[in-house]
Amino acid sequence: MLTRRKLALLTGAATTTALLFAALPGSALAQSKTVIDFWHGLPQPLGGQLEQVVKDFNDSQQAVQVNASYKGAYPETMQAAIAAFRAGNAPHVVQMFEVGTATMMAAGPAVKPVYQLMQETGAAFDADAYIPAVKGYYSSKDGKMMALPFNSSSTIMFYNKDAFQKAGLDPNKPPATWPEMIEATKKLKASGSTCPFTTSWPVWAQFEQLGAIHNTPFASQANGFDGLNAELKVDAPLFVKHVQTLIDMQKEGLFKYGGRDNKPDALFPSGECAMIHGSSGLRSRTTKEATFAWGAAPLPYWPEFAKDGPKNSIIGGAAFWVMTSPKRTPAEYKAVSQFFSYLARPEVDAKWHMDTGYVPVTMKGFELAKAQGYYEKNPGADVPAAQLTRTPTTENSMGLRLGNLPEIRNIIQEELEKAFQGQQDAKQALDSAVKRGNAVLRNFERANKG
Amino acid sequence: MTFDSRLLPYLLLAPQVAVTLVFFIWPAAQAVWQSVHLQDAFGIRSEFVWFENFEHVLTDPNYLDTLKVTVVFSVAVTVLSMGTALLLAVLADSKIKGARAYKTLLIWPYALAPAVAAVLWMFIFNPDIGSFGRALRALGYDWDYRLNGGQALWMVIMAASWKQVAYNFIFFLAGLQAIPRSVMEAASIDGAGPVRRFLTITFPLLSPTTFFLLVVDMVYAFFETFGTIHALTQGGPGKATETLIFRVYHDGVVNNDLGGSSAQSVILMVIVIALTAVQFRFIERKVHYA
Repeated sequence: MLTRRKLALLTGAATTTALLFAALPGSALAQSKTVIDFWHGLPQPLGGQLEQVVKDFNDSQQAVQVNASYKGAYPETMQAAIAAFRAGNAPHVVQMFEVGTATMMAAGPAVKPVYQLMQETGAAFDADAYIPAVKGYYSSKDGKMMALPFNSSSTIMFYNKDAFQKAGLDPNKPPATWPEMIEATKKLKASGSTCPFTTSWPVWAQFEQLGAIHNTPFASQANGFDGLNAELKVDAPLFVKHVQTLIDMQKEGLFKYGGRDNKPDALFPSGECAMIHGSSGLRSRTTKEATFAWGAAPLPYWPEFAKDGPKNSIIGGAAFWVMTSPKRTPAEYKAVSQFFSYLARPEVDAKWHMDTGYVPVTMKGFELAKAQGYYEKNPGADVPAAQLTRTPTTENSMGLRLGNLPEIRNIIQEELEKAFQGQQDAKQALDSAVKRGNAVLRNFERANKG
Repeated sequence: MTFDSRLLPYLLLAPQVAVTLVFFIWPAAQAVWQSVHLQDAFGIRSEFVWFENFEHVLTDPNYLDTLKVTVVFSVAVTVLSMGTALLLAVLADSKIKGARAYKTLLIWPYALAPAVAAVLWMFIFNPDIGSFGRALRALGYDWDYRLNGGQALWMVIMAASWKQVAYNFIFFLAGLQAIPRSVMEAASIDGAGPVRRFLTITFPLLSPTTFFLLVVDMVYAFFETFGTIHALTQGGPGKATETLIFRVYHDGVVNNDLGGSSAQSVILMVIVIALTAVQFRFIERKVHYA
């Protein structure tokens, strides 16, 4: 029987032990090294690979110790960072997904912009070393880098070469346009495929990327870059035509809706779906799990909406943000800038790209991977970077800067689901998405102005 | 018992009061404060907006849909889990072989975390990887809860009820065992059959337990099914399985709309207080405390 006395003793003992263990490494380090807290949102195996990068940095020098900790998926990491900031205890560096960019930029005093950090600490930093589509996404309106890009991806198409062969399609000539795409799905269906095509990240792939590739705004005010008063434009003819096509394809069994966000990922490596639009990061999983021959290709486009050819796609993934706290010392900022300078090195970038399947974020990193023969050994691995850099970025292919974008993505997914259930057509779904999305944007504008 | 010191009773009460203040009153007060403010995610800018957040919530047609879903969900979960548990408890209470093993097995689901239970359900019902889901599709039934709102709602109701059956079962069984054998035997001698005995003796004598479970299950369906819904459907497809508590989480944690989310949680608080008051006022009168 556990008496109260015993319980008190046990608790006391446990606390003392915990304190002892906590104190040991801390005290040894505090004397010589500046300790930096770094919160990230990558689950295994990527999280382990990221922690390896951090460890490599720690081993590379004596002055700084970066402590990386996993705080749950991206949304949870964001919440943890916000809660910590409110309690005056924010981590030095936090990894934030791309859709949280507008929230972080509006956070004002909570964030120290990277360009400012590098200036203040006198660290060498060349913002132009980054791929334009990457740099644009994380830059302020006047072109100043607000966060350090790290793990970026883009959306591409993966296709099952065996299924193409079986359907009488050329396995080395994936469909490049939507009309070709529809033809291919018809042949795949005729050859017995129950799921010729699906899409992961329905909003990222079929709306945000679609807009960028066709140089069509997703929202007004240059996709939100020019001000908080942006309004959604996803009821434009391009989007209506596209969504109606998907609805029709779904009815005919040519397209399968596999769920929200990255839920449909599993459908491709398992062989169930012959084609998928998904994150370039799906590559590593497919390499591991697929038992068939497969290829990667750029996203298809609508010729009538892209008269002068498709533009560059935009990125996804996450960047590193520097957070402020009343307790920060200049030495800590200096340590963060050292960490960032390390991460910006082309060899670190190229290694991360080749190890994980994320795209290289610097041009030099891309070239380094090329020079090392990575793309000859892994055909198709250069598709995302090639797609990101194929044209100079336009106002519509820089990325999105919209408040509460995760919520807007959910709204669009909800309206899509209602449309796929047959409750409404494309026009109704998108009108409703615009109306609800704009309410979200107005709310964000009010809460963040002034 | 009397105390010499006037201070001592307060001192003895203090820990309990402190816990209530810190864990219940303080957060509730914060929710009320937040609900009349508009704030950015980081809490840097804050503006007093009177009841604007409530206005937004209550005029949102989606909120009323969510309310409907919640009512259907809660009533279904309560009825299903209590009905099943009562049936199983009555069966387990009779003299059968292996009653102990049977009882133990029935209590197991209660030990599972809601999210784990939901993952198990997903492995059964997912149309692509679930054993039963695949079988249904193989039979030609168009099973896909990711796109069919009715199927999705049915599935979360089943998963949430299944989880609560075990809890209800324990209480019903204890309640049944507390019914004096002599009363039952007397009724048997008077010629009452099992159904009659159940309706005129067992059920009325069980009514305190039933009433208690009714309150607990309603609260469970309202508040604690969040994990199940989050893991299974995330409120989708569309908003077909979005309950009030799920929306509070979603608007507050995912969408960073603290004002709107707090307004919703204040509304939810009012609903549950009202519901419990109604239950105590009208239903408890019919309860027979032995």
